[in-house]
Amino acid sequence: MKLTINEQVHELNAPDEMPILWALRDVLGMTGTKFGCGKSLCGACTVMLDGNPIRSCVTPVKAAENKSITTIEAISEQKTGQAIQNAWIENNVPQCGYCQSGQIVSATALLNANPQPNDEDINNAMSGNICRCGTYNRIRDAIKQAANKLEADHEG
Amino acid sequence: MKDKIANISRRNFVKGFALSGLVLAVGLPGLSTAAEAKQYGRDGMPHGWVDNPLVFVSIAEDGTVTIVAHRSEMGQGVRTSLPMVVADEMEADWAQVKVVQAYGDEEKFGNQDTDGSRSVRHFFMPMRNVGAAARMMLETAAAALWSVPVSEVKAMNHKVVHEASGRSVGFGELAQSASKLPVPERESLIYKDASDFRYIGKSDMKLADGEVIATGQTEYGMDIRLENMVYAVVAHPPAYGDTLASYDDKETLNVPGVIKTLTLPSSAPPAVFNPLGGVVVVAENTWAAIQGREKLKIEWKAGPNSDYESAAFREKMQTSANQKGGKVLRQLGDSYQVLEDAEATISADYYIPHLAQAPMEPPVATAYFKGDSCELWAPTQAPQASRDTVAKWLELKPEQVKVNVTLLGGGFGRKSKPDFLVEAALTSKALGGKPVKLVWTREDDIQHSYFHTVSYEHLQAAFDENGKTQAWLHRTVAPSIASTFDASSVHQMPIEIGMGVVNIPFSIPNIQLENPAAENHTRIGWFRSVSNIPHAFAVQSFISEMAHQQNRDHKALLLELIGDDREIDPRMLRDEWNYGESPEQYPLNTGRLRRVIEHVTETANWGKSLPEGQGQGLAAHYSFVTYVAAVVEVKVSDDGEVSVPKVDISVDCGPQVNPERIRSQVEGACIMGISLAMLGEISFKDGVAVQNNFDGYQVSRMNEAPAEINVHLMPANSYDDPLGGVGEPGMPPIAPALCNAIFAATKKRIRNLPIRYQLEA
Ligand code: FES
Ligand code: FES
Repeated sequence: MKLTINEQVHELNAPDEMPILWALRDVLGMTGTKFGCGKSLCGACTVMLDGNPIRSCVTPVKAAENKSITTIEAISEQKTGQAIQNAWIENNVPQCGYCQSGQIVSATALLNANPQPNDEDINNAMSGNICRCGTYNRIRDAIKQAANKLEADHEG
Repeated sequence: MKDKIANISRRNFVKGFALSGLVLAVGLPGLSTAAEAKQYGRDGMPHGWVDNPLVFVSIAEDGTVTIVAHRSEMGQGVRTSLPMVVADEMEADWAQVKVVQAYGDEEKFGNQDTDGSRSVRHFFMPMRNVGAAARMMLETAAAALWSVPVSEVKAMNHKVVHEASGRSVGFGELAQSASKLPVPERESLIYKDASDFRYIGKSDMKLADGEVIATGQTEYGMDIRLENMVYAVVAHPPAYGDTLASYDDKETLNVPGVIKTLTLPSSAPPAVFNPLGGVVVVAENTWAAIQGREKLKIEWKAGPNSDYESAAFREKMQTSANQKGGKVLRQLGDSYQVLEDAEATISADYYIPHLAQAPMEPPVATAYFKGDSCELWAPTQAPQASRDTVAKWLELKPEQVKVNVTLLGGGFGRKSKPDFLVEAALTSKALGGKPVKLVWTREDDIQHSYFHTVSYEHLQAAFDENGKTQAWLHRTVAPSIASTFDASSVHQMPIEIGMGVVNIPFSIPNIQLENPAAENHTRIGWFRSVSNIPHAFAVQSFISEMAHQQNRDHKALLLELIGDDREIDPRMLRDEWNYGESPEQYPLNTGRLRRVIEHVTETANWGKSLPEGQGQGLAAHYSFVTYVAAVVEVKVSDDGEVSVPKVDISVDCGPQVNPERIRSQVEGACIMGISLAMLGEISFKDGVAVQNNFDGYQVSRMNEAPAEINVHLMPANSYDDPLGGVGEPGMPPIAPALCNAIFAATKKRIRNLPIRYQLEA
C-alpha cells in the first residue's frame, strides 16, 4: 500500500486494518505522533488527514489511501502550524510534553478552520486532547497569541 | 539546544573536562549506625549528593557547555532548573548550554529518585557548587594564560576577562587547560552574589526542551527504537494476587505479526517493584502484539484479593473510622471527655477513592539482555532502584545493568516503581537476548497501577460557649504504602500521617489522632502529593463545616485555629518524618501559613458578594515543606454543572529558583486537583479495577479547566533560606477549596469524592 505522509509517498507493508498510529510509529519509525489510549479518548495521536484532525489510533491505514497525512514532524510547513509552535515555545506551554504533538496538530487544524477562535471555539476544538499535566490554560493563551500573530502578519 | 535527549554514554563526553569518578561528597545513610546523628535532607537520601564539576560539566573547544541533568524530567522542568543553576553560577551563556541526561548511577551522580518534590530543594546548593568550582577553574586557567593574579580576572557570560588589559578569552579556549587543574575545595568556593544572577530567580527562562517538544522530536521511553527490536505487551492477572493457571495461544499465533508468547513469573506479596506475572505476546509491532493479546484464552487462578469490592471495603472503613480506638498517633488533653461535655459539637466523615496516576505516556521499557549484562531505556523516576531491581531479577550485579533515562511523558509517582522495566528485561532474556520494547496499554496502566490509596476520614470537634474550638478528633483509615513493602502492614507510616494528620499546626487544647487498621487488597503507591490528598480534603473541608455551624467566617476560624505566629518543632507534633528535612532547619512556621492565607484571600477578594449559584472556597495546607493557600471560585448551574471561573493560589516555597516552572507546576497541580475532585475514581469489583481507559477513568479536559488560574509566589528573604518543594504541594488544597466553594454556592456539602453527578437535581 502507498501512504502519502507529509507530502512524501511511503511504501507500506502492513495489514489494511493497522491503525495509522502504529504504521507511523512502528513501521515507518516516525515517533512524533504519540500513543496515549488507543481508543480515540485522549487525542495524543492526532494527525491531519486531508487537513482534518483525526485520531490515528483508530483510523486504519486503508482509510488514508489516496489521501494525505500530515504529522507533527511537518506541521511547521503550514504557516498556522509554525505560528502555533512558536507560541508554544514562547509561552513555555509544555510540561512533560507527551500530549503536545496532538495538541499542536489539533490547534493548527482549529486555526486553519477558524482564524480567530473564541474561548468556546477553543474548548470545543481542544477538549478531545487530554493533558494530564494540566497545561490547558497555557494552550488557550498560546492559541490566541498565534491567532493574533497570524492576523497581524496578514494585515501587515 | 536542538538535540534529542542524549545519554552521556552515547556521546563523546570527554571534550574539555575529563570525566572522572571522583566523588566529593556522598552520604551513606544505609551505613549509618544508631550512634551516628540522623541525616536529613540531601544527606539523608540514598547515595546522598555529588557536587563534582568533573561529573556534571564538560566544555567543548567550540565553547559548548554540556551539563548533566541527573534527575528525571517528567514535566516539572528539572532539565531546565538544575542545569541553569550550574550555568548561572559558572557564568555560562544558557544559549550555549547543552543538557544531557544521566543514566542510573547514584554513586556517580548522587541520589536520583525523582519524587517527593525534592530535586531543586536538595540539589540547588550542590549545583551551585558545581558551577562555582567550574568557574573558578576557568578563571585560574585564564590567569595562568596571561600570567596575572587570579584576583584580576573574572568570568563573564562565557568568557573570562581581564579588565585591566582589556583581554578576554572564551570558555572553549580555556577548556583544555582548565580541565587539568585541581577541583577547588568546597570550602574555598566563591559564589556569585544573588544580584548578579542571570537565570536563577528570573521569570523568563525558556525550557531546555521546549523546541524539541513543539516540533515532535523528543525521545520518550515510548519512542525508543533499536535495531532488530521486537515489541511486547503483557496480559496481566486481573486481580492483584491472581496467578496464571493455563493459557491457549493458538489464535494469538495466527495474528499476522505475532512472533511468540511466553510467561512471566508472578511474585508473592509484598508487591515491592516486582512484576505481576502473566502472558507476554511478542510481535513485530505494538499493534500486532495488542491484537494477539486479545486472542489469548487464559485461565487465571483466583488469589486472595479476587473478592475486593470497593463498596464493601468502604463500609468496613466506615465502621473502623467510627469506633473509638485504633493506633493512637497523638494525644493532647482529653478530646473524648471534652466532646462529651461540650455545648456544641460537630462530626463529619469523608471518603476519597483510589486513584490512578495515569501519566499521558503509559509505562514502557526497552530492554536488551546480552548474557552478562543488560541495557535498558525507560521513562523512570527511579533509575537506581530500576537498576537494582532488574539486576536482582536477572541475577546480575547492578554494575552489569545500565538504565538509560529517557524523557518521561509524565510520572506522578507511577514511574517510581520499576516493575515494567523488570518485565522488559525478563522478556528480552527469555527471547535469548533480543531487544524488546514492552508497552503498557492504557488499560494496563489504569488497571494495574500502584494505586493511590482509598481513605475514610472521621473528624469531630467541640466548641465552648464562646465558639472557641476546644477539642479535635481525627481518625484516618487507609491501606498504607507500607503494605507494598510489608504485606502485613495495616497502619499508615510516618510519611503518611506526617502528611496532614499529625502535623496540623492548630492551637487546640485537646487533640486526639487515631489510625485504625486497614488491610490492602491491591498495590498501593505514591500519587502526586500522596496522603496529603485525603488528609487535606478532610481537614480543610471540616474547618469550613465548623465555621458554618458556628456562624463564623471560614478564614477567621482557620486563622484562629492556626493561632499565633510561631515555629513548631515537628517532633512536638509527633511528626518524626518532616519530609526528611531537619526539624531545626525546617520547623513548621505558622506565620508563613498565615501569610499565604492572608495573601490569597486578599488577592481573591475573599468574601466578595457573588450572584446566586456562585461561591468562593478557601483551603490552606502545608506539605513538602511548602505553604499553600487557595481560593477557588465556582459557578454551579441549575442542573448541577460545576464550572470554575477563577482560582487564586498563594505559595511560599522559600527561595524560587525557576519561578516560571514553579508557576507551571502549580497551574498543573490545580488542574489535577480539580480533576480528582470532580472525576477521579478507581473502584474495584471482583478484585478488578472497574475503570480501564479515559472513558471510565475520566480526567479533566480543557472545557473543565478553570478560566483563570493565578499563581502568587511569596518572596523569600534570601537564597540562603531553606527551599521548599514545588511539584506536589499545589495539589492538596484544591479539592477542599473547590468543595467549600460548592457549599458556598449551593449549600450542598460534598463529603465523598469524586463530585461527579452529586450536584445534579
Ligand atoms: S491514542 Fe488515539 S486518541 Fe488516545
Ligand atoms: S504536557 Fe504532559 S500530558 Fe500534556
